[in-house]
Formats: sequence, structure tokens, C-alpha cells
Amino acid sequence: MKISFSAADEAFRAEVAAWLADNLGGEFEQLRFRGGPGDEHSFPEERKAWERKLAKGRWTCVGWAPEHGGRGLSISQQVIFHEEYARAGGPGRMGHIGEGLAGPTIAAFGTAEQQRRFLPGIVAGTEFWCQGYSEPGAGSDLANVKTRAVLDEASGKWRISGQKVWTSLAHESEWCFVIARTTPGSVGHQGLSFLLVPMAQPGVTVRPIEQLTGTSEFNEVFFDEAETDATNILGAPGDGWKIAMALLGFERGVSTLGQQMLFQNELEEIIRIARANGAARDPLLRQRIAEAWGGLRILRYNSLRMLSGAQDGALRREAMIYKLNWASWHADLGKLAMDVLGPDAELLEDGPYQLGRLQSMFLFSRSDTIYGGTNEIQRNIIAERALGMPREPRVRA
Amino acid sequence: MEFAFSDEQEMIRTSAEAFLADVSDSAAVRAAMASEQGYDPTLWQRLCGEMVWPAIHIPEQYGGLGLGFVELAILLEQMGRRLLCSPFFATACLATPALLLGGSDAQKARWLPQLAEGSLTATLAYASDNRQGLDAVQASARAEGEGFVLDGVLRHVVDGHSADLLIVAARGAQGISLFAVDATTPGVSRRLKPTLDQTRKLAEVQLEQVYVGADALLGEAGQGGPLLERVLQLACAALAAEQTGGAQQALDLTLAYIQERQQFGRPIASFQAIKHRAADMMLEVECARSAAYYAACAAQEMLDTQGDAFVAAELPLAAALAKARCSEAFFHCAAESIQLHGGVGFTWEYDPHLYFKRARASEAFLGAPSWHRERIATALMGESA
Repeated sequence: MKISFSAADEAFRAEVAAWLADNLGGEFEQLRFRGGPGDEHSFPEERKAWERKLAKGRWTCVGWAPEHGGRGLSISQQVIFHEEYARAGGPGRMGHIGEGLAGPTIAAFGTAEQQRRFLPGIVAGTEFWCQGYSEPGAGSDLANVKTRAVLDEASGKWRISGQKVWTSLAHESEWCFVIARTTPGSVGHQGLSFLLVPMAQPGVTVRPIEQLTGTSEFNEVFFDEAETDATNILGAPGDGWKIAMALLGFERGVSTLGQQMLFQNELEEIIRIARANGAARDPLLRQRIAEAWGGLRILRYNSLRMLSGAQDGALRREAMIYKLNWASWHADLGKLAMDVLGPDAELLEDGPYQLGRLQSMFLFSRSDTIYGGTNEIQRNIIAERALGMPREPRVRA
Repeated sequence: MEFAFSDEQEMIRTSAEAFLADVSDSAAVRAAMASEQGYDPTLWQRLCGEMVWPAIHIPEQYGGLGLGFVELAILLEQMGRRLLCSPFFATACLATPALLLGGSDAQKARWLPQLAEGSLTATLAYASDNRQGLDAVQASARAEGEGFVLDGVLRHVVDGHSADLLIVAARGAQGISLFAVDATTPGVSRRLKPTLDQTRKLAEVQLEQVYVGADALLGEAGQGGPLLERVLQLACAALAAEQTGGAQQALDLTLAYIQERQQFGRPIASFQAIKHRAADMMLEVECARSAAYYAACAAQEMLDTQGDAFVAAELPLAAALAKARCSEAFFHCAAESIQLHGGVGFTWEYDPHLYFKRARASEAFLGAPSWHRERIATALMGESA
């Protein structure tokens, strides 16, 4: 057990920092610290251009294997990359769903042909992805998916109909990976398939959802006889649930460290304000600021544990608590920010509803404990899978 | 960077786990806590002779094993799980670090081999009142002849009634100094104090005109403040590991009970109200574990003369954080274990109260969470302490 980085790692850190210092300027200067959670709607075209810039420097998909176009970085170096990226104020990654979810899933379950077709576009920052999981009737109960897909033998196409919801970046994406029911009459985990569907077609309609922040990062996506080639299925028909669950494992990777640097940045802003407006003299706020700092350090330590040791694919205890931990922490940070701001927290930057950064964070953080598995679902998962407690009874219709 | 145990460390963990499950079960803990001495001397001899635990972090040149603070933390986590009653914490985590950091070659050569082999037990006596940290150092030291005269009452001294060697903090004209004082020195009197948590014994140590030679002084006269700070940071890192083990065991014994206990025709573990509380306990335990391991790594880099300076400099806040979080995690899990055991959790017969009391005592020991957080806040605000 050792928490220091090697000299080679530190040299790599300097390389990353230097590249970012050289390239995150000029037309990209305005993107610094933008486009993160709660701000994903900002500067979409500019952030796509930034993705292509990153790709030219070979800074996309740094953890992917070289045969898939990645750098094959060690865990330590991935940690360093994400830390330096966030430290420099690197903008929220438009390609994060492709790089973090779609790509690794295609690499794990796709055919060689599918890998050749889809991975290069993700690496190059030219094809963007969104995730078609949740539905109005399938939120926490994901297995209740109703969207159906039928293979039309005549045209050689899957025809997909149904509605997805809470789809981030759907309006900015070329592709969507969709969980759809391909066995008519099947229920639950059975009969689901994992389809790759192009977004630019008449059968796909994207409608933004206005959130309580007044902005729209999430969408509803309607599939009405939408089409995709028969070959655009990962695994076999019926493998959808297995693949969807495997994908959840990819979600808790090194990018968590980048997220933590954004959190660090928010915390530093709160501390700066507390020192300036006198909140730093309030003993209770001091306790909460110290608590927030400690909670963030522990998120980092947990991530380092998660990334160290055997990478055997088994979801370990520190990984199972990760979502519940960061989401609860961040919601608390949002409240702390408002309490530190005091009465000024009420005043917006501008009308009609232009939120300041911390106001936006405060409001957006209420979604953290919901999306990606609510805190309550996370507790069920921890209790059942990590602690071996009895599973929730399932009512069958 | 590899924040996971090596194979050797994993072996240390599993051997400690198996050994302690055998020798420090509930009956053994209850027998030790009811005794005046507070531990079983035969078991202590086995810990020293067979397991060689007090030697683990003492350099080989002084008769130790020359391993690091992480290995020490591994042992402490397992001791915490079993509420081991022994002079280990006081000797290895309070006194030994003071000698390692503050002792001259001659002082180390004199004391460390005896501490390593366990022929001598030791402790740290620094607090004279109810305050926390260095503010509590109120005993006095006055230079006289070649040596010093120590006076004062030292309170809450862990295993102070039985330790052979006392590391005493006292204030003189130039500031705080630390002294290695043989407990049989004339003028030293010790009194065991009955405690809420019976698994860790506290004593009051009275110093009346205690004369010690110059060779008792650790480091320079009046320069002991920073040394004591360091010793307390290491002690916090060590205690955090022990608390993590306690929290884990409070969870484990709760899980065992709720899986077995049936109400309304099913195990109470199947109720979501129970599952969610257990999940929260696990979250607290894993966060505590991460904080404790990180502090242990920082302590290791600080103790190692070739250590990473950046990581070593993290020790003060890493130790403060670990002590605060592990204290709260242990207390939370122990309190929950009483609640989730229901009525039997309130009995003397079942073990949850032993963990609950140890958790409470450990929370106050070496600084309460709020005190550590205030120190963190001071650092974050860029204020001087």
C-alpha cells in the first residue's frame, strides 16, 4: 500500500499539464470550468470542437487499449490525467458517454466489425452517444422496459418504438444505445436486447425536459418505427440485461476522479466566499466546511482503493458505496454553498432565471441522489449484494 | 500509487484476524475488562513472543521487525474488531512513536529493544485537564542540577496504572518538553480510575517532586510541543484504524443477528427499514477504512526518512480527518447495533454495549471530532492555529 506517485508518473503529470496549458486557450478559453453537471447545455458546438482538439493530442479514451485507439494508460496515469484535466478547468466532456459507457461496452461485447465501425468515431471525437435506458414506467425498475424492437427480415432493419426519458445530450448525439424488448410478451430481465440506433432519422424525436433549474440537459426521446441495421445489436437478442448490467460497472471508473476535481473546485469557491463574507467566522459553518472537505478527501481515497488492487471485474465494497456516497455528499455541499452565501444566495445574476454557479449547483445537486440509481436503490443494492441481505420481493403482474 | 494491501500485508491481516478471533472472544474480553490490570498477562506474552507485534514498526537495529505504519494499522484494525484488551495501544502507538521521533540514539537503544520484546510496557501522559491537544499540557518541568523536577497531575492516562515507562509531557520556562520516566521513580504515584468503557483502562498519574536525569529528556528542552503534536497525529492515525475495526465488527455482529432473528414470519433483515440502515453502516465503515488507511500511508511516509515529502506533509490533516470520521463511524455503527438488536441489544449479556462504550471512549480520546474539524477548518481558511 503506497499513495505516492512514481517519478515517471510525475513526469507524465507535467506532460498533461503542459499540453492543457498550451491548448486550453484561445477559442477554448471560454470553455474553462464549463459544461459540467448542471451546465451540460452550454457551448455544445465549441465543446465538440474541443473534443476533436483533444483527439488530435491523443487525449481522448486514454484508458482504452491501444488496439481500440486508446493510450492504454496505467491506472495511476489515468488518475493523473483526470486530475490535471479538471485542475486546468477542462470543460465537461461531450464525449463522456461514448468514452466511458458505449465504447467500453462495445469493446467488451461487440464483434470485431462493430468495434471497427464505432470505436474510431468515439476516439476521434466525431461521433457522440447518448444512453437509452430509463422510460416513464422504467426508472428505478429498469427491467420494466416497454420500448420494443422487431427485426424486419425484408428490409434487414430493427424497427424500434417506444419512449425513453432522462436522456442526457440526446439532441447532441449521433447514436443512442437502447435497451428494447425484442421478445414479444417477455417480462422483466428476459427478452431485452442492446441496440445501437442512429439519432438522425425521421423516427426519432427529441424533446428537451425543462428542469427545476430552468435549463434542459435531459430529454425525452420518442422512437416511432425508428430503424437501425440488423447488425447493430450487441451480443445476441436477449443479452440486453446482461450487457446493461456490465455497463454499470464501467460507470465507476477513473473518471470519478475528474468529477472530484470539479467538486474540489466548487468547495474552494465556497471557502473563498466564506472568507470574504465572514461566514468563515461562524463555528457551525466552519464545522460543515471541514466536514465537506473531509468527505471529498474520502471520496478520493475510496476511488483510489477502487482503482487499486486486482482488476478482476468484481464490484468491490468501496465501489458499491460510491454512488450513494458522492451523491449525498454533493447534495450536502449544495446546501452548504447556500448557507455560506447567506441572504445573497437569493439574488440571481440576471433575469428571468439566470443562476449563478453555486445556485445552479445547489439546485442541480438535487438530481444527484436520483439519477443513475436513487439513494434508496443504492441502499438496496448495497444491502443485497454487499451484505447478503434478502432481496426485495417482486410482485409479478 | 497502489492503495491496496500487498500480499505480505494481506498475510499479516489474515494471521492477526485468525489469532484474535481465537484469543480475544467475548469471554476473554469480559474477563480482562473485569480485572484490575485490564489485560491477561499470559496473552500479552503471546502477543509479544509468538506474534512479535509490539516490534512491528521498530527498526531492526533496535530489535524490531522494521516494518511500517501500514502494517501497524493492519494489526490495530483487527484488534479493534475484537476489542483486544492489552497494553499494545499505549505501548506501541503512544510511547514508541515518541521515542522513535524524539529519542536520541542512546535513548532508543535503551528503551526500544525492551518495548519491542514486550518486557516493558509504556504509555504517554500529557493531559492535566479536560482540554484537548497541547492546551491540556499543564504539568510543570523545572531544571535542577543536571536534570529536571516534574510536578503535576496527569489525567486520562491509558494503561497508566500498569505501564512500566511513562512518556510525560510537561511545561517549563521554555515551553513543553517530553521525558521518558521510569514509573518506579520516587514521587510517581498512579491510581486506576473506574471507566465507562472497561476495555481500555485509564489512570491518574501524580508527579510530586519527581527528579529525572538529563538522559530522560527527549529532544531539546522546551521544544517538545511539535514533537508531541507529531506523536498525537500518529496516535490518531493508529486509533482510527482500531476504530475502523470496531465499526466493522459492530456491523458484522448486527448482520449475523438480523439474519437470524425472525419476526412476522421472516428474518428482520428482509425489511427495507433494516436493510437501509445496514447499508448506511457499511458506507460509514468503508469511508472510515479509506480515511484510516490513507492516514496510515501518510504516517508511513512521515516516519520514513526516505519518504515522499508531499505525502508526509499530508499527515496532520489526514490524521485529523481519520480520527474524526472513524470516531463517528464507530459510534454510529455501535449505536445502530444496539438498535438493530432490539431488546437484547440493551442487555449486558450481548456484546453491542461493549462496542458502544469503546466507541464513545475512543471518540473523546485524542480529540473529539469537532475539535479535529475545527483544526481542519483553521487550515482551510488559511488561518494560523
